[in-house]
Amino acid sequence: MYTANRKRLQKLTDCTSKASKHFNRYEIECLIKLFYTLLEETAEKQSSIGIDRNAFRNFLHTTFGMTDDMIMDRVFRAFDKDNDGFVNVTEWISGLCIFLRGNLEERTKYCFEVYDLNGDGFISREEMFHMLKNSLLKQPSEEDPDEGIKDLVDITLKKMDHDHDGKLSFADYETSVKEEALLLEAFGPCLPDTKSHLEFEAQVFKDPHDL
Amino acid sequence: MHGEICYLIVKPHDCDSICLTCSTAGIFVNGGIDNEAEEIDYERHSEIYKDLVTFLREKSAKFSENMSKQQHSFFGDKKKGKKKSTSVTEKEEVCTLSKPSLALEKSPSEKRRTLKKLEPVLKWTCPVTQEKKNSAKESQDEKSTPSITEKPKSTSPPTLAGKPQSLSRCKSSVKIEDLVSESSSESEEDEEQPDHRQEGQTDLPSEYWQIQKLVKYLKGGNQTATVIALCSMRDFNLTLETCQLAIRDVGGLEVLINLLDTDEVKCKIGSLKILKEISHNSQIRRAIVDLGGLPIMVKILDSPDKNLKCLAAETIANVANFRRARRTVRQHGGIKKLVELLDYAQSKTDPMHHHCLYETKDVEVARCGALALWSCSKSHINKEAIRKAGGIPLLARLLKSSHQNMLIPVVGTLQECASEERYRAAIKAERIIENLVKNLSSENEVLQEHCAMAIYQCAEDKETRDLVRQHGGLKPLATLLNNTDNKERLAAVTGAIWKCAICKENVTKFREYKAIETLVGLLTDQPEEVLVNVVGALGECCQEHENRVIIRKCGGIQPLVNLLVGTNQALLVNVTKAVGACAAEPENMMIIDRLDGVRLLWSLLKNPHPDVKASAAWALCPCIENAKDAGEMVRSFVGGLELVVNLLKSENKEVLASVCAAITNIAKDQENLAVITDHGVVPLLSKLANTNNDKLRWHLAEAISRCCMWGRNRIAFGEHKAVAPLVRYLKSKDTNVHRATAQALYQLSEDANNCITMHENGAVRLLLDMVGSPDEVLQEAAAGCISNIRRLALATEKAKYS
Repeated sequence: MYTANRKRLQKLTDCTSKASKHFNRYEIECLIKLFYTLLEETAEKQSSIGIDRNAFRNFLHTTFGMTDDMIMDRVFRAFDKDNDGFVNVTEWISGLCIFLRGNLEERTKYCFEVYDLNGDGFISREEMFHMLKNSLLKQPSEEDPDEGIKDLVDITLKKMDHDHDGKLSFADYETSVKEEALLLEAFGPCLPDTKSHLEFEAQVFKDPHDL
Repeated sequence: MHGEICYLIVKPHDCDSICLTCSTAGIFVNGGIDNEAEEIDYERHSEIYKDLVTFLREKSAKFSENMSKQQHSFFGDKKKGKKKSTSVTEKEEVCTLSKPSLALEKSPSEKRRTLKKLEPVLKWTCPVTQEKKNSAKESQDEKSTPSITEKPKSTSPPTLAGKPQSLSRCKSSVKIEDLVSESSSESEEDEEQPDHRQEGQTDLPSEYWQIQKLVKYLKGGNQTATVIALCSMRDFNLTLETCQLAIRDVGGLEVLINLLDTDEVKCKIGSLKILKEISHNSQIRRAIVDLGGLPIMVKILDSPDKNLKCLAAETIANVANFRRARRTVRQHGGIKKLVELLDYAQSKTDPMHHHCLYETKDVEVARCGALALWSCSKSHINKEAIRKAGGIPLLARLLKSSHQNMLIPVVGTLQECASEERYRAAIKAERIIENLVKNLSSENEVLQEHCAMAIYQCAEDKETRDLVRQHGGLKPLATLLNNTDNKERLAAVTGAIWKCAICKENVTKFREYKAIETLVGLLTDQPEEVLVNVVGALGECCQEHENRVIIRKCGGIQPLVNLLVGTNQALLVNVTKAVGACAAEPENMMIIDRLDGVRLLWSLLKNPHPDVKASAAWALCPCIENAKDAGEMVRSFVGGLELVVNLLKSENKEVLASVCAAITNIAKDQENLAVITDHGVVPLLSKLANTNNDKLRWHLAEAISRCCMWGRNRIAFGEHKAVAPLVRYLKSKDTNVHRATAQALYQLSEDANNCITMHENGAVRLLLDMVGSPDEVLQEAAAGCISNIRRLALATEKAKYS
């Protein structure tokens, strides 16, 4: 299988390596191989153009331990730039580039995209509520469990809304993240945690000749 | 100690500090705290009182006045006991006065200069508000409202909250227990404020409620909600005590510490950022330690995440500001881990990461590690632990860096540790002195101060003194003398100069740099920490004739003599030494005499501290030697001779040696010798004869030999059995002892009975060896003595046969 596609692999690597600054050739090759492995596992047709939503979410869950469906969905959307419902090789590489090794600027843009549920360039109160819906344990004594969430949304808005327009623009978000890096994933984990990140890279970029 | 609960130092408004022991039997005065050893004398020195209130009522009129004002508004004596304990603030600073030391107290309100003095303070707020405070508190305790009793006051025993009515004096004193059971070793202890409970629930600021709400989210939220709440909490002004205590009071500290125990990196970071800020507050520090926060933070030091490492180390640096915390850090292996943080490879290439900020982060980690070690190093045992963990080479390596922020804690740590001898050897080996000298010329004043302090500590050692000179350290030190604005730095610099001046070559250099004149200028208008060192330095310089002249010429003698009237023990020791050194010049002596310096020295013989007594006595020797009409002068001090003779009853060897030396000088004048004989100098000297201390032997023998030259003193010495012990002195290894003893024996041998005693004790053989000594005085005295013995023997023979 590999030997037949070696040339194709080389060509792909050439194409994508120009787009991604953070990986070297060898790493890109490994990632491409991983892509095809995933593809084989899930798709029956060999001519499928990419990893579909379910497969991708599966990958996120098993490799990085992500559990939040909504966030995972948004991550898929962020990877799937052309919005065709599939993540093809190029999208895969460029997405992982930011996902794994993006600098602060790249990651900020990425996270904002993830959190901006309707893609209108602002994270609104409703969107925030939606994302934080399950973040507080329900107290049995509370009559209105949403009260806490609403409060949390208010707190977040107060902290991050610098132009005071009641919603977070990218500028607001960016400024807040520059001030406090912890706010990058303020509405949910959409980047890998350090541990699983290191494990993933160690596994995928392992030299097969090494044992 | 059986039944004892705690130890207190109480300083009421109107009388002296009292040291108390609180026990199950009651309260009594103990023997006090020995400043040098920081040990409490546990012996009971007074009656046992029922409780603290009763005791204070007896001792302090003002207290009982205030108490009676409050009498009618409270039910029962026992309540008052409890209330009293919360309103008396005890500040305990046990200290040694021998060296100035610097405190790493970041909170400005707690920064204190030391020569640590016992500074008791009674914070006595108006009785009315105090009542309200306490009534509010008590009602809180009684009602056990849920929001308040959740607070983690583990320092107050559970019984206190539950049963206010049945309080006995024991429980009231337990509340202040943590205050006293911490005695500082060499460093400052936090001031423990009795808990400032809220005035009443209506007066709480809005921050309190907001913080409470945030803590609720911390408890009940997932990682996302937690991070949001943590970030929001940092928006409050965490340097305000109200916010800090609010966090504690709503149970925020437990939550924050629990977060540290999870696997979630973001939560840990957020939590540490808050803990780092609020741990500037001494009550919060103690609470953090009580809740077991330190072991968790120490564990975090192992984390691969550099941010976490830095934050954990910085928080530890803040928390480890009292003894128990420092001990806890050590007990959980924290010292070793912190030392490991110092070890960063200068050029590390990691194939995985291309971030160029890698190196900067490493520097930051090392800096935070050094900060934490600095805090921890204030404890004696930790200093040793740092050394054992290989801290010195790492600190030495970091010292070469040019990052100022890193240098300060590194030098700070070195300076703390340099007070240990074993450290000094290692410090020499690692070429640390060179870098310390280099950084004396830095622009950063704090850095200069700590470098000077480190040099002061290290220069106890001779090699270091030479190293400082060889690396060109003396000039910058001398130059820094001219800047007198920064008193802490000035104290450190003068201290370094003092210790370096013990070396003669250094003194020559200092003279070149005109340091002596500058030092004389610093004899007035300076705080005591500075004066001690300035005078110490001048005292060392005065060992040389040229410098003694310089001091006289720039008018240094008057201010020195003026300082003889102080009360600071360390200062007095140094001043007497300096004055004594100056007095070696007859011209200086004239000035000293004119300024009544000798009388002042003499009255210092009455000072309670033995060090001061001894130093004054040593100083008197050259004074008497070099004064005009010395005999007359000495006689003019009323009761002076009696005082000196009585000092022979002291138990302190140094005092005894110095007094003997003084007596030797006094006895040069016949009239005075007669007077001291009348005061009983002979039996007193004889009683001291049985000693193994060479210094004492030397001066005692000299005194005896002088005192022989009056009346029947020779015979009297024999009668008081002084002769036989003297013979044993000849077996010592010290030639000074030999010389003095030989002279004494020579004088004593004018009396026949003494000759017999000497002969019986084998003096002849010992003296024969000394006849061949290169020391001429010894030769002559030994020979003279033997000849007297021989002559007596011959005369006896003759009498037998005639």
